[in-house]
Amino acid sequence: MKVAYWPGCVSRGFTPELHGSMAKVAPLLDIELVQLDRAACCGAGVIAEHNQELADTLNARTFALAQQVQGAELMMNICSTCQGAQSECQERLDASGDYRSQINANLADEGLSYERGLTNKNLLWLLVEEIGLDTLRAKVKRPLSGLRVGPFYGCYIVRPVDRLGIDSERPRDRYMHMVIEALGGTVIDYAGVYKCCGFPIITMNMDASLKMAGRHVGDAIDAHADCLVVPCPLCHLNLDLQQPLAAKQVGRELGLPILHLPQLLGLALGLDPKDLGMSKHVVKPTSVIDWSASVVAGAPA
Amino acid sequence: MPEYLLKIRRYDPHSGRAAYWDEHAVELGERNSVLDAILKIRDEVDGSVGIRCSCQQAICGSCGVRMNGKPGLACNTHLEDAAARPHGTGWNPGDGVGLTADGSGRGDTTPSNVIEVEPMGNMPVIRDLIVDMDAVHWKKIQRVTPYLINKEPIPEREYIVPHENMVDVTQTMACIQCGACVSDCLSMEIDPGFIGPAALAKAYRFVGDPRDAEHRERLQDIAEDPHGMYDCTHCFNCIDACPKGVAPMSQIMRLRRRAGSDEKIVDRNNGERHEDSFVTLVRDYGLLHEAELLPRSFGGNSWFGKFHPDAGKVLLKSLPSIIPAVLKGKVSIKGAMFGHKIDQSDLGAVQKIYSKVEGRPQRVELNLYVSGVDDEPPPSEPGASSTSTAGDAQTSGVAAAPADKSPTFGGPEEGTPSESSESESA
Repeated sequence: MKVAYWPGCVSRGFTPELHGSMAKVAPLLDIELVQLDRAACCGAGVIAEHNQELADTLNARTFALAQQVQGAELMMNICSTCQGAQSECQERLDASGDYRSQINANLADEGLSYERGLTNKNLLWLLVEEIGLDTLRAKVKRPLSGLRVGPFYGCYIVRPVDRLGIDSERPRDRYMHMVIEALGGTVIDYAGVYKCCGFPIITMNMDASLKMAGRHVGDAIDAHADCLVVPCPLCHLNLDLQQPLAAKQVGRELGLPILHLPQLLGLALGLDPKDLGMSKHVVKPTSVIDWSASVVAGAPA
Repeated sequence: MPEYLLKIRRYDPHSGRAAYWDEHAVELGERNSVLDAILKIRDEVDGSVGIRCSCQQAICGSCGVRMNGKPGLACNTHLEDAAARPHGTGWNPGDGVGLTADGSGRGDTTPSNVIEVEPMGNMPVIRDLIVDMDAVHWKKIQRVTPYLINKEPIPEREYIVPHENMVDVTQTMACIQCGACVSDCLSMEIDPGFIGPAALAKAYRFVGDPRDAEHRERLQDIAEDPHGMYDCTHCFNCIDACPKGVAPMSQIMRLRRRAGSDEKIVDRNNGERHEDSFVTLVRDYGLLHEAELLPRSFGGNSWFGKFHPDAGKVLLKSLPSIIPAVLKGKVSIKGAMFGHKIDQSDLGAVQKIYSKVEGRPQRVELNLYVSGVDDEPPPSEPGASSTSTAGDAQTSGVAAAPADKSPTFGGPEEGTPSESSESESA
C-alpha cells in the first residue's frame, strides 16, 4: 500500500535508527513510503501550548500535503507524539467548518487546503488495521521465540481514548501486545506499560523526568523483560539515551535495551540488527540478545 | 439479573493488618452503578465497608474510586462498563488477545463480571475506599488561592462580565472536586509536591476571570513553583479520568499560554524558555533542532544560549548520555551543530504562517467543550479518525479566546458591556 509518510523530526535527528529501520522494513511489508519532505514539525503539543492557531495551521499544511500525494491511501507516522499532537489539531479542524476555513486561509498563499477527513495512522495502527496480524505472522522469518518484550505505549498514542478512536472495536491500546505475539515474542506485563516516559519535562524538572524513566525501566527489569519496545522516538530518548542518567537518579543498575517498533519488526522479518541501527543505541541490544536463527535472550555479553 | 463479583480492597491503617481483597457476589442490573453494588454489600452483608458518598447523581464528587484500575465516580459508572474495563492497565477488556498463557498478562483469565474496586491513588487511605482528600487534594486547591481577588475600586453595583468570558471559564467551573484526576496524575505519582491537575484547573478558573485583580501574580506563582504548572508531562490521564469533561491538562496548557505569551513570565524552571526556544527553532528550521533545545531552555533562546553557565552545567551533567550517543553515531557532531532543515521555499512558507498568525492582535482559539462539533456528514474516506463529541454545546463556530491578550472586562464604570453580555454577580 502507498502511504504519505510523515517521519517527524526526532526520527531524523537524535534517533536516526528509527527512520532508517522504517525504510528497511517498509518494502518487506509492502508499504510504499512517499515522504512528506516539505512538511514542518507537528509542534509536539508545545507549539499548540504557545499558540493553537499556529500549531493547527502547521499541521493542516502537513495534512494538505499528504492529501496531494497521488494514490496514497492514508498518511502514516512513526511517532506517537506526532500522532497525538496531529490528532488533536485534526479534531478541531474536522469539528468546525468555520474554523477549518480560517486555518485554510492561512495556507492560501501556497495554494494548499486541508479537506476534512484525512486518515492519519501510526505504524502500529496501520500494522494491525491495514496489513493485518495474519499477514504479518506469515512474513516472520526469524520468530522472536523466547524473547520477553515489554510494550511501552507512552501517552500520546493511548490517551485521550475518544480522540484516538480507541474502543472495543479498535483496541489500539493492546496493539503492541498483539504485534509482539504475532512476531513470536512473549509479552511482559509490568507497571509502566501505559505510563509517561518523562521526556516532556526533561528541561523543566530533570530529576522527576529521569525518575519516571528509571522507574519504568526498573519495573520492566523486575518483571524479567529482555527489552522494551516503543512507538515513540521521544520515549526512546528518555528510556535509552538518558538511561545512564536515569539509573543514577533511581539508584540502581539498569541496562535494558529499548527497541523502536520498526526495529522489532525488522528483526522478526529477518533483517540484520546492524542494518536496523541497533548499534546506535546507548544501551546496546546486541549484548543481551542472540540474533542467529531466532531472536532469543540470554546471549553472553 | 446478572451477577457481578466485586473485589473490594479493604484496609484499616489502625488495625495493623495488611490490605486485603474482600470478595462479594452481587446480583444487580447492568445499568446499576458500582456504588449501588457497594451500598448493597454494605447494607446486606458487611456494614463495615468504608465508602464516602452522598448525592449518588455525580454532583457531590464524594465517591471517587478506582474501578478495574481506572478512576471515576462509583455512582455514575455502570456495572457493565466497569466490568468491561481491563484489570490494572489499559482501557480494553483483557480478552486474551496479545496476552500469553504464562499468566504474565493480567486480565487474560479474569472473567468479565469481575470489578476490582480500590481507593483512589496519590492520596493516603483513611479506611477501605475512603482517601484523605484533605492531605492532598484540598491542600493543593488551597495552594492556588481559590477565590476571587476583587479589582479595586469595587463597583457599587454588580460586576458585568461579558458572556464570552464566563463561557471561557465554564469548563473549569464544571469541576466537582472528586479527585479522580489527582488519583492518576503521573507527574504527582513521581513528585507528590506537584500542584496537580485539579488545583491548576482551579487556578485557570480565576486567571480566566476578568473580575480577578491578580492574574499576573497567580501565573507567576505557579510558574515559579518548582512543582508548578511546568511539571505537567502531557500524559492526558486527567483528561480521561475526569467525569465532568474539565480536561485539566488543557487548562494547564492555557495557563502556560497566558504566562509565557501574554505576561512574558520568565520562570526559573525553564518553562517559558523551553516553549519559546521550541517555537523559535521550528520557525528557523521548519523541524525541531533537538541539540539546540536543551541548552537554550537552560541558557536562553539564542544561539549563544549554550554559553550560559546554566546551559554548561546541564550539558556537563548530560555527558554520560552525550558521549555514548556521539561515539555510537546516534548523534553526529555536524547534526548537533547545524540541525536539519526543510527546503528554503517551504521554510519561507512556514515563516509566513508564523508572521501572519503571531501578528494577530488577538489569538484565535477553538475550544470544543464550548463550541461543540459541527453537524456535518461523516467524511467519505474509510477509517477516518473519529472526533469525540464535546460536552455541552453552547455556541458554534470560531471563538476568539476571550480572556487572552486583551481581556474584555471593562466593569460597569469603565465601559459599556456588549449587547451579548450577561451579568454575573461577584
